[in-house]
Amino acid sequence: MHSNANDTNNAPDIQKGEIFANGFWHNNAIFAQLLGMCPLLGVTTSAENGFWMGAATLLALICSNLTVSLIRGAIPANVRIPAYITIIAAFVSIIEMAMNAWMHEMYLILGLFIPLIVVNCAILGRAEAFASKNTPINSLVDALAMGSGFTFALVLLGGIRELLGQGEVFGFDIFGPEYPDVLMFILPPGAFIALGFILAGVNIINRKMQERKDRQAAALADIQTKSLQTAEVQS
Amino acid sequence: MKIDREQWQMVVALLVVGVVCTLLLATTNIFTKAPIAKAERQALMNALMQVLPEHQNDPIGDTRDITMNGDKKPTSFYFSRNKNNTINAIAWQVTAPDGYNGSIHILMAVHPDGTINAIRVTGHKETPGLGDGITKNHPWLNSFASKSLSNTRWAVKKDGGDFDQFTGATITPRAVVKAVKKGLTMYASMRDKLLTDSNKNTSEEAHAQ
Repeated sequence: MHSNANDTNNAPDIQKGEIFANGFWHNNAIFAQLLGMCPLLGVTTSAENGFWMGAATLLALICSNLTVSLIRGAIPANVRIPAYITIIAAFVSIIEMAMNAWMHEMYLILGLFIPLIVVNCAILGRAEAFASKNTPINSLVDALAMGSGFTFALVLLGGIRELLGQGEVFGFDIFGPEYPDVLMFILPPGAFIALGFILAGVNIINRKMQERKDRQAAALADIQTKSLQTAEVQS
Repeated sequence: MKIDREQWQMVVALLVVGVVCTLLLATTNIFTKAPIAKAERQALMNALMQVLPEHQNDPIGDTRDITMNGDKKPTSFYFSRNKNNTINAIAWQVTAPDGYNGSIHILMAVHPDGTINAIRVTGHKETPGLGDGITKNHPWLNSFASKSLSNTRWAVKKDGGDFDQFTGATITPRAVVKAVKKGLTMYASMRDKLLTDSNKNTSEEAHAQ
């Protein structure tokens, strides 16, 4: 998308709002790119698990995007991927140690999925496709947008699975004690089914947005032709 | 072979990135080491509190590590003592290797006479809603209380024993029952050694840990 911005010293001037909208929605790691499926399907048995997994990923993304952007002129192109991976792995390890120390219970629940953030292609993808070609400020906005979009997707899927599977959201009882837990939504098949419905919903929203845009464009074109015709008649 | 300037740049760039990342990790390790040890101790303490009867000592400081025949790692035995400094329970961790989905770790506490005080599952990957009853099903967990090798048939009811299986999950409780029974058998074989040695020399054992 920003491939024309190869000149690292002369980063393109993109609107911050546009970067955010792109990262959070139009280019969302889950909804649009279908990246990072492994933690998405693995840990989203509840909204809380999804939230902390998303928060850890967001933090890793912010650190890696900022660092990669700051050193983008200093890393030779041939060795950029190993350099990025080393940086990402270092930050993820730091986050893992911090969670082990200060959020021990959540660390035990998320387990292996924390170190696996290193290989979340959404993070290396942003380092390569955005941070290596943009200013630190823009890269920070991009990381915030991408990371919160990812977190949003995880919390949404976790919330739906927790609600249907246990009748709760974030541990709060929604459907009452009589609710017959639909076990399937806690199990892996439920993750795939719920994700399918979420993606269908996202596609409907995107189509509606596109239709509205088309209508507006058509209306605008209509007005322009009419005024043109009037101008011709008058002349 | 001559290394040109571009290649040197690559070497230096990767070297610098590697060194800086290593320093960052080493620093983080220094700062998180103590909190991690504290968190792990707290988690162990919470688990011990659930299985041990009322006690006046610090069970984590009152520990013996013994390597069983055939085991690679030693097992830690935590001693719980009442007011008179006599042992009222001993807790240790056993592992059921044959869960439905990998190993199940169980913390069990046993009175000196070989009857169980309580058991808790401290780690497992069993199916949510089915096998994970071993952590959530309290009547089932409580059914282990005051059971011993002599007063109980150590199997699930389906296999002709005294313990309930869960609807849709037999393998998980079967593995837990088997592991706890194994723990009791092991305790019976080394009971005298555990009790006499630890009564003799408490403080020294605590420091040895």
